[in-house]
Amino acid sequence: MLNILIIGATSAIAGEVAKRFAAEGARLYLLGRNTERLGRIAADLRIRGAESVQTTGFDAKDIESYEQILEKAHASLERFDVVLVAHGTLGDQKKCETSVEKTLHEIQINAVSTIAMLTIIANMMVKQKCGTLAIISSVAGDRGRPSNYVYGSAKAAVTTFCEGLRGRLFKSGVHVLTIKPGMVDTPMTEGMELPPMLMAKPEQVARDIVCAIRKKSDIIYTPWYWRYVMSGIVHIPEKFFKKMSL
Amino acid sequence: MILHGWGRYPTVDGKVYHPASPDEVRHLLHSHSDGVTPRGLGRSYGDSSLGGHMLDCRRLDHLLAFDARKGLLYCEAGVSLNDILEVFVPKGWFLPVTPGTRFVTVGGAIASDVHGKNHHVNGCFSEHIEFIELCLDEERILRCSRDEHPDLFRATCGGMGLSGMILSAAIQLKQIKSSFIDQTTYKANNLEESLELFEIHEDKPYSVAWIDCIAQGRSLGRSLLMTGDHAENGGLVPGKGERFTLPVDMPSMLLNKHSIKLFNTLYYHRVSGTSVSHRVHYEPFFYPLDSISDWNRMYGKNGFTQYQFVIPKAAGKKALSDILKTIAASGKGSFLAVLKAFGKRNENLLSFPMEGYTLALDFKIEKNLFPLLDSLDAMVLDHGGRLYLTKDARMCQETFRLGYPEWTKFQNVRERYGVRRGFQSLQSKRLGLD
Repeated sequence: MLNILIIGATSAIAGEVAKRFAAEGARLYLLGRNTERLGRIAADLRIRGAESVQTTGFDAKDIESYEQILEKAHASLERFDVVLVAHGTLGDQKKCETSVEKTLHEIQINAVSTIAMLTIIANMMVKQKCGTLAIISSVAGDRGRPSNYVYGSAKAAVTTFCEGLRGRLFKSGVHVLTIKPGMVDTPMTEGMELPPMLMAKPEQVARDIVCAIRKKSDIIYTPWYWRYVMSGIVHIPEKFFKKMSL
Repeated sequence: MILHGWGRYPTVDGKVYHPASPDEVRHLLHSHSDGVTPRGLGRSYGDSSLGGHMLDCRRLDHLLAFDARKGLLYCEAGVSLNDILEVFVPKGWFLPVTPGTRFVTVGGAIASDVHGKNHHVNGCFSEHIEFIELCLDEERILRCSRDEHPDLFRATCGGMGLSGMILSAAIQLKQIKSSFIDQTTYKANNLEESLELFEIHEDKPYSVAWIDCIAQGRSLGRSLLMTGDHAENGGLVPGKGERFTLPVDMPSMLLNKHSIKLFNTLYYHRVSGTSVSHRVHYEPFFYPLDSISDWNRMYGKNGFTQYQFVIPKAAGKKALSDILKTIAASGKGSFLAVLKAFGKRNENLLSFPMEGYTLALDFKIEKNLFPLLDSLDAMVLDHGGRLYLTKDARMCQETFRLGYPEWTKFQNVRERYGVRRGFQSLQSKRLGLD
């Protein structure tokens, strides 16, 4: 039976991952902003078969509180077999361009907060010498594009941070998994004009994540075809790339 | 955003909201008091889930409580039947009633008061609902059941989402020992034999017939009748899920008189003797088409409509054969038509089933289709029948009123609870339910 901590548990992808682990009788500890919603998610996961589900409200902006919240979670689960870091926002790129405050807020939630979280969790996991730390980054971090480079640069920071962390924790028997979802049909992307052919369902992404956790993959793109899409995009010479409106 | 129902006809350019909690539903009702349309997985065929402002219930998708002794499940409206099967089949529970697709929400199943292959024994979906929680406006969330606000309950079950936004419900699941079905397929050479087979097998819990609607003359109404019951053993194995996706709209030319005739003939001759028995998993038995996602694209980019009517038992063979003859003569029939004998009707004001026979067939949208359907409408009404609102995209107000004489009571209930203005759809406007 696995002990699983999920940060940002009210997100659509994290919710689907939680359902899969619940069906196997896992013990779950959920952190999220909306406690009312967390309560309903917990009831749902118990019915689906989770051995236990605990929830704690958390505000990503309040970095001071992380240490205490994570220690409480660790004490309650006794061990982190899997930690999924899934919190984040997808802000409005256009508004960020004219607002320092909005830009920094995006960076704060999607990069600074995640990195702070990972720093604390990494040290807890080094002590237990086992477990998997899975982080939801994004294909958007692979290359800066005019349409969402604020979000993209935050995710790029997370991706690079995880790369280094993977090497460091490997020596302690702790595995780090970087997850790069493409476009997913979630409340985060609601109302955006995205090509329906490329939209994945959260269920599909969750299946890939659980599979990657099992296989101890290092970096996954989900759905799989994003690996090839991004490898194409990454190799476009900058002098052409800057003229493209991607 | 351009949206359509399962038939991909008609389409609407509307706004969709995804409330994630009862509170968010209340706020949305407050800011859109001039009318919203509840929507689930969009599997109703026509325009019943379409409107200018749609409330999508799919984020209300939590299981809230389960009484493992009684098998009573309390869950939110956006939970899909597929979800229920995935969680509860391994625990030995099954849906009390299921339509031909598992990709519908609980809210949608109640609003359409769906029926399945066991209607003649177990009735509609709503007959297994203990209570419903309904949001009427920004202030009122009401619980209704056979004892509490029974008038609202009778209007909500089968009420196409026009009596409030369903938030959650309690469903009585059915105990099973196996996820397999013992199925027998019988061959009927004509309509008379088809109807006789339904009589002979009326004690079987599940029955449905695939009917060849192209065959004429002595073979008119030939069919394969499938009956089934839950097996006693074989394990509680979950399904394999979807397998194949139709990625593009098929050119609608591919569906013509000849291809449909060929398909129907091959399908009919799948069974060579008079009957054949198998043990099959519940997925292919109940949901043969769910294995092809987006199968609705088969009918091309103009979409299709499913014509489903019921006629009272007394009208029986004569009415069905008149209607089948008209369809066969038109050459417009569909791949597979489904025939089913219904049991007794329930007390809901707009529920479709009544004791008799129901026939459902797909027609791709093309020139001259609607005049044909109008003439079928007249025949159905003539025999005291009616059309299924969940499939409908085009019937006229008069056809609706004649088929559903309790529509006035339905309007009275909506008036009484003050939801007449707050909940509407393209369909409700077309049918004069405003």
